[in-house]
Amino acid sequence: MTEQSIFGEDFLKTEEKQYNTLNLGPTHPATHGVFQNILQMDGEIIMSAEPTIGYIHRAFEKLAERRPFYQVTPITDRLNYCSAPINNIGWHMTVEKLLQVESPKRVDYMRVIIMELARISDHLVCNAVLGVDAGALTGFTYMFQERERIYDMFEELAGARLTTNIGRVGGFERDFTPGFHAKLKDFLAGFPKRFEEFDRLITRNRIFMDRVVNVGPISAEKALSYSFAGPNLRAAGVDYDVRVMNPYCSYQDFDFKIPVGTQGDTFDRFMVRQNEIRESLKIINQAYNNLPEGNFHADCPEFYLPKKEEVYNSMEALIWHFKIVMGEVDLPPGEVYHSVEGANGELGYYLISDGGRTPYRLHFRRPCFIYYQAYPEMIKGQMLSDAILTLSSMNVIAGELDA
Amino acid sequence: MTLNNDIVLSRLQEKFADGILEAYINFDQLNIEIVPAFAAEILRFLKEDEEMGFNYLTDLTAVHMPEQAGKEIGVVYHLHNLYANYRLRLKAWIPEADPVISTASGIWLGANWMERETYDNFGVRFDGHPDLRRILNVDHMEIFPLLKQYPLEDSSRDDKDDRFFGR
Repeated sequence: MTEQSIFGEDFLKTEEKQYNTLNLGPTHPATHGVFQNILQMDGEIIMSAEPTIGYIHRAFEKLAERRPFYQVTPITDRLNYCSAPINNIGWHMTVEKLLQVESPKRVDYMRVIIMELARISDHLVCNAVLGVDAGALTGFTYMFQERERIYDMFEELAGARLTTNIGRVGGFERDFTPGFHAKLKDFLAGFPKRFEEFDRLITRNRIFMDRVVNVGPISAEKALSYSFAGPNLRAAGVDYDVRVMNPYCSYQDFDFKIPVGTQGDTFDRFMVRQNEIRESLKIINQAYNNLPEGNFHADCPEFYLPKKEEVYNSMEALIWHFKIVMGEVDLPPGEVYHSVEGANGELGYYLISDGGRTPYRLHFRRPCFIYYQAYPEMIKGQMLSDAILTLSSMNVIAGELDA
Repeated sequence: MTLNNDIVLSRLQEKFADGILEAYINFDQLNIEIVPAFAAEILRFLKEDEEMGFNYLTDLTAVHMPEQAGKEIGVVYHLHNLYANYRLRLKAWIPEADPVISTASGIWLGANWMERETYDNFGVRFDGHPDLRRILNVDHMEIFPLLKQYPLEDSSRDDKDDRFFGR
């Protein structure tokens, strides 16, 4: 991006200007999280920004070194808490890769359905809140109802809504329940219509377009160099999606498109997310209509926490339950990197195991953390109100940023 | 355009005969251990050479192995060639007493914060980094918390007996 303000090229070149310092954050209501940016302002124009992060740093990578693998799952919940199931399942798949456990086809399809539901809820929050920041509160209230429906489904399976801790190493804690089936069918029947209403409300709205087109743009080269990922990279025009490049969980079975933008601005990021919601719906429909028969977890008793009924009634299950809960099961030594397409892009887990019960080293590749560093460059020369929209459209989640 | 383990390894070995220490395959992914002094050259070659073309720095982090005397800290690079869809892992082992390696922030812009995070957690000093400060932890912290000599729990506590926690 060139340093060009909306008032023309000469505007930024005036030397003797005194700038105002403005503290945006750390607890500004418009930033949706704990972000601090110290802005140098020339009137309404941002000359430079200095982000400070780490306000909710919880030392996850250190904590993980004292936790058995299944206790790491709740940590991953708290990375991108808008789409916790993707983080959970990505972690489980990393452990499975290390253990070389093959998950049944039904597990793959169930995981795809859950992960795409999580992606929809994450993108809905991002886009609806972008609307709120631009002054359109109505769409937000309707789309948050849809998010509640998705959370109801997670609750059916995992018992929790936001930080789900869903699934197990090897599969799921329970098969899709009748309640889940009913809610999913209801969602698939009703959501597309309501979503298109939201789309009609926002997308071609003149006020919204004026606020988002050409706001916070980034070029494809810059985005790649900054290791952008996910919708933000695709909005800049690079069609990189882990689901297609390195298919996991049988994603190769499904027919879907990768939406890409051209300008990498706020409007493109919004549109990429809107279209990804439609593609996710297509994937869910395909997976749900072709849901294979079979077991809902892999056959790996030494790592799969058995059902409570079995623990109470069978000696073998009791033994495994005890061994897993007390952390007496060692992971094999090895070093794996596994990545999934999180709602914000490539979410990677770099796990080194020395053969002990806990990871020797676990590193999360957190897309938010990596792309947020481009934020000062993206808002330079823009108005203060544009900075808010840019931040909102990048979907920077404080939990994932600060780990 | 295709890349495979053999092409990458042979190109690197012919170009940097002294810079490559060891190569092994771990879960289908090629791992190359490099001499830290060659890190900047090798990374730049991997990014800018037409055949290699690793245009995407997936991840940069470190690992602490205190039992390896003289090369305790490993700086780990995950590179990705998006055109050929080929991933590569590079490791450079540096001594804990003087953990210095040259920066990759001039090669990929995204390396900037990843290196700051690695410095913050492990104390690795990236030579030539434009702004090497702590990023996640508080500025006045005196240790590098992910080093193994700093236990997670307070080691002076005697009311917590490891035996009772399955450790």
